[in-house]
Amino acid sequence: MKHILSTAFVLSIFWLANSGHYSVLLLALGAISVALVVFIAHQMDVVDHESQPFQLYGINLAKYFLWLIGKIVSSNFQVVKLVWQGKPAISPCVGWVALSQKTEVGKVIYANSITLTPGTVAMNLDDDRVFIHALTRQSLAEVVSGEMDRRVTAVER
Amino acid sequence: MLEQGNIVSHICLLVGAFLILSGGLGILRFPDFFTRMHAAGITETLAATLIIVGLMIIAGWGIVQLKLFFILLFVMITSPTASHALAKSALHGGLQPKVKNVVDGDSP
Repeated sequence: MKHILSTAFVLSIFWLANSGHYSVLLLALGAISVALVVFIAHQMDVVDHESQPFQLYGINLAKYFLWLIGKIVSSNFQVVKLVWQGKPAISPCVGWVALSQKTEVGKVIYANSITLTPGTVAMNLDDDRVFIHALTRQSLAEVVSGEMDRRVTAVER
Repeated sequence: MLEQGNIVSHICLLVGAFLILSGGLGILRFPDFFTRMHAAGITETLAATLIIVGLMIIAGWGIVQLKLFFILLFVMITSPTASHALAKSALHGGLQPKVKNVVDGDSP
């Protein structure tokens, strides 16, 4: 129930923020749209702890986002450097890396974070490991060192 | 437009444009599909962020700024998903990445 309410709340805010018109007719149409979308989402069985992950919200998630932004910026500049240096500078490699997240949401956050940082792409996901393509050996070694893995696991708890 | 924006937004837009140029150059220069995807990653992460932040500053406080923020949020959620889907289906389709060496990451 709280997941349904939360979905309706988020959709209402999103609708209000995007509309910019607040006449009675349009508000009523908005309310109908929100109700319809919540109904369809409920029928699709996607309104649950994965689409509304209350259990993740906390100081660790905020800390992780800040760390991830820094990481994205620094690896962006690394890849830009590699682009301008050209083909000799890169050493593409692939490898399986162990992951320590227990829930599916945690694993997806980890794999998506790997893909979001340029230089590494998560290509496949198992129960306890992730298959990675990296632009250089250093960037794969960085993932293997497991700092991001530990931080995502900390968010999960 | 110039009097509305300030120096910060111009820097954001210029750096973003440079990053998009670098991303495009990387797509042309890198040897295979998977390495090119990393170059595209520049365009969809920091370049997109800087362009949208620059536009947000120009737009000023209001509904347009909020909409730009939503665009940024959705790009950040969808682009890694799309990259992952591309890489996985390329791998599944039998395209082998050109590698210099295979690192066994199972026992770090």
